[in-house]
Formats: sequence, structure tokens, C-alpha cells
Amino acid sequence: MYDPTVARLTYRALLGRRRALILSALPALLIVLAVAVRALSGADDQVAADLLGGFALATMVPIIGVIAGTGAIGPEIDDGSVVYLLAKPVKRPTIICTKLIVAIAVTMAFSAIPTLLAGLILNGNGQQIAVAYTVAALVASIAYAAMFLLLGTITRHAVVFGLVYALVWEALFGSLVEGARTLSVQQWALAVAQKVTDGDLVTSDVGLPTAVILLTVVTAGATWFAGQKLRTLKLAGEE
Amino acid sequence: MTTLNIDHVSRWFGNVVAVNDITMTIGPGVTGLLGPNGAGKSTLINMMGGFLAPSTGSVTLDGTPVWRNEQIYKHIGIVPEREAMYDFLTGREFVVANAELHGLGAKAAQRALATVEMEYAQDRKISTYSKGMRQRVKMASALVHEPSLLLLDEPFNGMDPRQRMQLMDLLRRMGDEGRTVLFSSHILEEVEQLAAHIEVIVAGRHAASGDFRRIRRLMTDRPHRYLVRSSDDRTLAAALIADPSTAGIEVDLAEGALRIQAVDFGRFTALLPRVARDHGIRLLTVSPSDESLESVFSYLVAA
Repeated sequence: MYDPTVARLTYRALLGRRRALILSALPALLIVLAVAVRALSGADDQVAADLLGGFALATMVPIIGVIAGTGAIGPEIDDGSVVYLLAKPVKRPTIICTKLIVAIAVTMAFSAIPTLLAGLILNGNGQQIAVAYTVAALVASIAYAAMFLLLGTITRHAVVFGLVYALVWEALFGSLVEGARTLSVQQWALAVAQKVTDGDLVTSDVGLPTAVILLTVVTAGATWFAGQKLRTLKLAGEE
Repeated sequence: MTTLNIDHVSRWFGNVVAVNDITMTIGPGVTGLLGPNGAGKSTLINMMGGFLAPSTGSVTLDGTPVWRNEQIYKHIGIVPEREAMYDFLTGREFVVANAELHGLGAKAAQRALATVEMEYAQDRKISTYSKGMRQRVKMASALVHEPSLLLLDEPFNGMDPRQRMQLMDLLRRMGDEGRTVLFSSHILEEVEQLAAHIEVIVAGRHAASGDFRRIRRLMTDRPHRYLVRSSDDRTLAAALIADPSTAGIEVDLAEGALRIQAVDFGRFTALLPRVARDHGIRLLTVSPSDESLESVFSYLVAA
């Protein structure tokens, strides 16, 4: 279910100069914020949790998931170069799984590592806040990458839809409508993170079993569906 | 020996019929798929290559369906019309990647690059390539696994004459080796130079099929229309109509010109300047008024 050549091509497309810059922008901002907050207000567990929860997990991780997930396949489908992958005796689900693994790895690298660093800078992992949010970022990376990879196979406007989901659904509705929180990757990831923390600074509205089930279903379902989409992907001519 | 069978294939997009009930068999050798822009050539090639499902009918390669069948690509090489490739790779990296996806190594890639004579630029980024160079690297990527069927969509677009000749030689060689090579083009001369067998598509329909010379004759023997202006239109008209190569002449007063319909192309083109000279008439304008490919093709469809 993994093809090293597809992986190499995907990595190189994702980590090209421009995209790598976009991917690095939010993590850099997070680190700058962490340094500034620590310098101005000293180590404060609540502030650390607020910044990591409110910015890192709620905004940075989904946006990086959108860029990596849709970027792993969307541009290739858009410009038609995916034909060079499809015109090969390689199973389409293998192509999708490989691209998913790459998207997950890139999302994790650009979201979990900066989250851990920022947490360490903010309060030196007091109450295990840094580790908890890093775990949440790792877990969320998997689900986001799968969802946005699927989006990349379905629509040309994957980035727009992805951002709408990440910013409007997760951030806006999630904070206003209670039911929306049950259907939020962020809350599922927090449920896992909650298990890791010993304090009560990391909490989720969703129970751990529900979160794990939903994470698994969404990730597996999105991956399977993306594989199906790719099997019947129509590369219409230019006529 | 590889044979591609297109059996009563139609394809529509919403209300638009792009390909209309086409049946053809493409065997070994070079076949040209000829038709004006928008005739449905790309749609048909996409169906042949397994990238588009026929709305009705079937496309099979030696009896095996091509749609939703990845294993078929062991036997098919595809050169798409679209420009996009992995521009951030070098030519060599691109062809090696294509070889690896076929389970082959760098050796196969190197051989393919040598076949298209692109070794000299193989370490440059594809983004720096000219259109002809891109076309040749695409070609190399389609040849790495030595496919028995090669599908090329408008391969000569944007190539300069020398590159065109090289690619034609290469395709001819592939055909002579017994491979099944099908290329599409909207340019008559390209097809004429390369393919003995042609399939003509007009407005989604299969208009003609077979030996190029027969179809070419149909094309040149069709009535030609000319718009002619001269120093003495009526004298010229009288002299021309006396010859059997001219079927009809209209004096277009508004345009101040003659509209001539010629039935014997070769004879008429020799006759016109001679008649003008003999009568001391100066020819001011001689322009064919229906030389567009579309009119040639629509004549073919009617024939």
C-alpha cells in the first residue's frame, strides 16, 4: 500500500520552495508568539494552554492540514500531471495511501514539532501541556490529512473548502454551537490529549471512546473514498 | 501484435455529444487520427487510454477492457496533450520516476532518454525546457516500458520542423517494429507524412477510415471555391466557364469580384493564369474561400 516513487514525487511537490514557505509561516508565527508571551508574562500554564489550544491546535494544525492534504494531490489533478501516475500498473488505492502517508508526515512535522517547541518555550511542559497539545496535533494531523486529501480528489476548490471547514466549522461553529463540537477533529484530538495530561487545562467535549471511533471512521472512510475517486477519475480532454 | 478495438463507443458530457457511435480497430503500424479542433479526438484518445469511461460501447485491448484496469498500462504508453509535468524535476528524474512506477530501473530510463535524444539536457529542470524538449521527455516517459500500444495526443503541437521530423522518424520506427501507434492531429500534412492508415473524425463522428491516398483524393477532388478580382471580371468569367474545370461562376456585384466554383483543382489552377494572360487581364485577387480544414472535413463527411 506504499509506493516509494509516488512518495518521493509527492514530497518534492509539497516541499517545493513556495509551498515550504507557506507551510513554515504559521509555525514560525507560533514560535515568535511563544517567545514574546514568555518574555512579557513569564511562564503561565493557563496562557500556555490558551495559546496552544486557541492558535496552534485550532488554527495552525487545520490550515497546515489543508495545505499538505490538498497539496498532496490537488495540483496534480488540476494540471493533469496525475496522468503520469495513473497511466501505470500501480493500484489507485496504493497511490492514495502513499500520498496520505506523505501528507500526514508533512502535517505532523509542520504542526506537532512547532507545537512542542512553543509549549516548551511557554511553560517548560508544566502540567504536560506541551506534550498534550503535541499529541493532539499528531492525532489531528492524521484525520485532517485524510479529509483534505479526499477533498483534493473531489474538487478543484479544495483549498477554499478546506479553509472554510477549518476556520468556519471548527473555529466558529465549534465555539458557538455545542453539537458542532462533537463533529470536530479538534475536539477528538483534544479527547486523546486529555488522557495524556494530568491537570485539567486540556479538556474535550467528546468522550475518548467516541473520539477514537470517529477519528478512525473519518480517516479510514476518507481514504477509501479517495481511492475510489481516483479509480474513476476522469481526465477530460481540453476540448 | 496488439489490436485496440473501439466498439460502438459514444461519450456525452451533459447534453453535448463529444463522440458519437464510433467503431474502429487500430492495429499494428502507425495510424493517424485526423479531425479539426473540437472534433472529439482527445475525448476518444482519453477513452482509448482508460482515462474516461465511454457512455456506451466498449474499448478493449486484445479483448481486455481498458477502463478501470491499471494492469493494462503494462502494454500502453501515453503521451498526453497537456503540458503539465513534474516541472520541479529534471528530465532524467522524471523519466526514472516513470520507469520505477513500471517496476523498472534507471537503465530503462536511460535507454528511453537516448531513444528521444534528450540525454544532453537530461539534468536540466523540466521547467527550463522548450515545448519540443518537453514533448520528447513525455515521449521517453511513455517508452520506458517498451509498450506495444502508443497513444499520442497532438504530439507535434508547438514543435519546430526539425523536432517534428525527429519525432516522425521515431514513430515510424515504432510502427515498423510492429507496435501499434496512434496519434491525433488536426493538420493534414502531418498525418500525410506519417500515417498510411488514417481515421477521420468530424463533430464526434467517424467520417472516414482507411488508406490515406484514397482520402486525400477525396479531399483534393472536392469542388474548390475561389474569390477572384481582376481588371475585367466579365471577360475572365466568360473565358473560364468555357473550360470543363469550372462548374459555376457568380458575379458578385457588391464585392466587385467573381465567385468561382472549380471541380478540377489541378486543371483550374493552371487555367486561370493562362486565360488571364491570353486576354490581357490583370488578376488582382485570387483567394480560396473554403480552404479551412472544417470545410474540407465537412465535405468528407458528406462524401
